[in-house]
Amino acid sequence: MKFGIVVSEGPYTHQASDSAYNFVKAALATGHEVSRVFFYHDGVNVGTRLSIPPQDDRQIQEQWTALAKEHELDLVICIAAAQRRGLLDQNEADRQGKDANNIAEGFRISGLGQLIEMGIQADRTITFGD
Amino acid sequence: MSDVKKFLYVNRKAPYGTIYAQEALEVVLIGAAFDQDVAMAFLDDGVFQLTKGQDTKEAGLKNFSPTFRALGDYEVTKLYVEQESLDERGLTLDDLQDIQYEDEDDDYEEKPSIIVVSRAAMADVMADQDVVLSF
Repeated sequence: MKFGIVVSEGPYTHQASDSAYNFVKAALATGHEVSRVFFYHDGVNVGTRLSIPPQDDRQIQEQWTALAKEHELDLVICIAAAQRRGLLDQNEADRQGKDANNIAEGFRISGLGQLIEMGIQADRTITFGD
Repeated sequence: MSDVKKFLYVNRKAPYGTIYAQEALEVVLIGAAFDQDVAMAFLDDGVFQLTKGQDTKEAGLKNFSPTFRALGDYEVTKLYVEQESLDERGLTLDDLQDIQYEDEDDDYEEKPSIIVVSRAAMADVMADQDVVLSF
């Protein structure tokens, strides 16, 4: 089966991104396909490379980056939600005249159309939220 | 796009206090460009999103409630509102905005977009969808 995944809560405050990560890992391990993971609302904060969680805790962003690398996952951060919350890639930083970017490897910033497209193309769309 | 799917946007949260309602509406407006079969559902505190007379000035927040009246122009014409959620909050249909759309199949007659349904019927609406996005 081809899954589309929505993550709609931020890391650490909510378990949503952990549950999504575990689900995606399990789905891939059992031969399913994950066409895209779409980060919306505070979920976009998963994609900052500047978070420094305590060393004895899970490293949520690094987990996603590693999983994306291993399985060529498409991790998409919503641009509208990202702009509100200070998530930028270099393109956006240049375009908006900001002095830095903070997007982590393996993530890309794109529009809400990617969410709808995912819903159309996937067999099942699953939201991990509050 | 050849295959049209049934999309349902489920709104459960009050319009202000959190950003879910506002960002849900942004998805609906962008999604309209994809020519899918779209409906929205309002239940729990989500029914407050459709109330008329919203005034956010004192709170310093953007009042996005007029956008609901423009949904017909985006061919979003089915707004399911759960009766029990209204009842539990002391609301009636009269407390909600008068949201209409022009029915292009019926000489552009103006028709109400809001469809009040029971909790049991709402479950049927949800079961009938291909994609349910919950906010």
